[in-house]
Amino acid sequence: MNTANPSKINRLILAGSGLLFVLLCFSFLGCTDDTQKVTNFNTLVMKDEFSTPGAPNTALWNYDIGTGQNGWGNNELQFYTDRSKNVTVQNGYLVITAHKESFNGSSYTSARLVTKGKFDQAYGRFETRMRLPWGQGMWPAFWMLGADIDTNPWPAAGEIDIMEFRGQNPSTILGTVHGPGYSAGQSISKSYTLKDGRFDTDFHVFGVEWGPNYINFYVDNVLYNQITPANVTGKWVFNKPFYILINLAVGGNFVGSPNSETVFPQTMLIDYIRVYK
Amino acid sequence: MKKMKTTNLTLAILVGFMVVLLAGCKRNLSDDVEFAKFPNTPEVFIDGFSGGLQYFPFAGSKLNAFTVDTETRYAGTASMRFDVPNVGDPSGAYAGAIFPDNGGRDLSGFDALTFYAKASQSGTINEIGFGNDFGENKHLVTLSNMRINTTWTKYIIPIPDPSQLSLEKGMFWYAEGPENGNGYTFWIDELKFEKLGTVAQPRPAIFNGEEKVETSFIGVTSTISGLTQTFNLASGQNQTVAVAPAYFTFASSNTNVAQVSEKGVVTIVGAGTAKITAVLGGVRAKGSLSITSAGAITLLPPPNRLAANVISLFSNAYTNVPVDFFNGFYGGSTTQTADVVINNDNLKYYTQLNYVGIEFNNPAVNATPMTFLHLDIWTNDSVTPNFQVKVRDRGANGVLNTDVNTGGPTVDDKEITYTVPVNSIIKGQWVSIDIPLTGNIAAQKNNLAQIVFVGNINFLLDNLYFYK
Repeated sequence: MNTANPSKINRLILAGSGLLFVLLCFSFLGCTDDTQKVTNFNTLVMKDEFSTPGAPNTALWNYDIGTGQNGWGNNELQFYTDRSKNVTVQNGYLVITAHKESFNGSSYTSARLVTKGKFDQAYGRFETRMRLPWGQGMWPAFWMLGADIDTNPWPAAGEIDIMEFRGQNPSTILGTVHGPGYSAGQSISKSYTLKDGRFDTDFHVFGVEWGPNYINFYVDNVLYNQITPANVTGKWVFNKPFYILINLAVGGNFVGSPNSETVFPQTMLIDYIRVYK
Repeated sequence: MKKMKTTNLTLAILVGFMVVLLAGCKRNLSDDVEFAKFPNTPEVFIDGFSGGLQYFPFAGSKLNAFTVDTETRYAGTASMRFDVPNVGDPSGAYAGAIFPDNGGRDLSGFDALTFYAKASQSGTINEIGFGNDFGENKHLVTLSNMRINTTWTKYIIPIPDPSQLSLEKGMFWYAEGPENGNGYTFWIDELKFEKLGTVAQPRPAIFNGEEKVETSFIGVTSTISGLTQTFNLASGQNQTVAVAPAYFTFASSNTNVAQVSEKGVVTIVGAGTAKITAVLGGVRAKGSLSITSAGAITLLPPPNRLAANVISLFSNAYTNVPVDFFNGFYGGSTTQTADVVINNDNLKYYTQLNYVGIEFNNPAVNATPMTFLHLDIWTNDSVTPNFQVKVRDRGANGVLNTDVNTGGPTVDDKEITYTVPVNSIIKGQWVSIDIPLTGNIAAQKNNLAQIVFVGNINFLLDNLYFYK
């Protein structure tokens, strides 16, 4: 799969006979530099453009409902539902909305969609385009878990966090992997900060290019990190199928609780999800 | 991705070449019809005054509070130094100034005024911002109570709606008084307008975000207060600034009942209900004013007591003695007071009353010959109100002596409290109230200085006077 192409061609042909024609040819076949490998996965194998209004496509998405154990292991504060109030497709977007409301013993509601049992894949390019919510305590994520998690519990199953975000840090996202010996506080992570922008005001593309023995993390057109077996402090477990999760958590260990200035409801808009091989 | 950077230069040269060629082929009309633009210089004070910048201290402030400091600075060769005076400093009671560029600048491409600041001690700068030009102050922006400490810190004052600042003169202004009586020094450096790109999530508000409800009537004018704009900054912190009315577009849901000017002045013109709302930069402001207008009010005939028998505080029928204020905004008071003019008769409109003080200390009123206090009130409240009037004599020592716990008189002050009989106030009718100057003040009414209204009632006041 790793068909890295070292050449980068900028060819300029000038031809003239009274008039000047300018022809620019760029080759975007792929490249390497000293530190990072980029492989282009160009064959689309799964996509959801969220073009049909209503509930998300049941052929692709399941829901995690409720509070899990200890707030999904992170002391998160929300109750996940599949109500249209929390998750719906509108105007070409998947809309996940976190509300502040008393619901089944929780103070907030939101939604978490998973492709578990419906779509998983080893390797490829996993990409989304999103506009994120904002404010203290908002924790949206686009991430993946090892498809064998039921028989091979976390962290051994592996986790690839393509994008995580803290609402109180509106210009910064994180890309992270968790595995045996490098989970939670010991996870392998890197952040990316927009110099003069934010993730809650415009749409941005978040993705990974994942091949055998490497995972490249990118935001828009910036490749900001590569993680390889050399970077992890335990067994490399990213050589088997993973499934996709999208969720908007409220509170929890990673972000802390919302405060009096956090505005509700908060909405996460997902323009598309595309997976290539 | 990364390769984009290396090709950009080549691309830019080529594009530039092509633009030149194309421009040579055909003359573009729009080149000639462009409007003149004002300079968009971002710098205000980096190491010295930027071009056009001037300095004007406020009257009554310490005129030499501002100097250019070449020793203490965040960056470069100089900073702005501000010496806040001690209490009692004969050179001025506070430090404050504006820094305008009277040529005007186009600030529409920026989203904030930014600077670094530090101080000789921790302090709270009362007011700091831009848009003050000693003129209309049309686009005034004020950050209140800016905390400052002894380390250089970057501050961001967001522009409420940059599109409105295509010609702005007020580059910077501040006002700061002593901290606990003591003067101190603060410095500002790298003062400039910036396009940060991270000033986001605008949440404008009027009435500080409150949904206000008022009963009213024809002739009442009031000004929309609590105009703010709040942004979320890159730090994740929210920054709220007070902003001038011009940033907002106000609207009335029923202009036959209430009209609102572009300066946020609401005028009641008819009977019925109307809701006043506002928009800033395309975002609906939080907060509103819902008005129920009773329409026109029939005025009382003018009082006919002989002027010689009257000492008037507030009446169009008599010459009034000096009144310091009709609302002292005492601690804990929620009362609002508006001036109302109906058919050339001046009225005071008291709303959200819990209690309110009127003072006439300069001079106090010698009412020794007088026997009554008179007032006329009109309410549209349907609940039978509990309404009390207190009349205070300040005594020989020349000052009001008030118990901070009870609000009652101490030292040499005397006071009476008159409770208006419950059924004597009738909705929609003028009621005259005559309060005998007896009891505690029967023998001491030569230094009357204060009247207090207590109760939960919205009312119009007219013809407040002492008589015999």
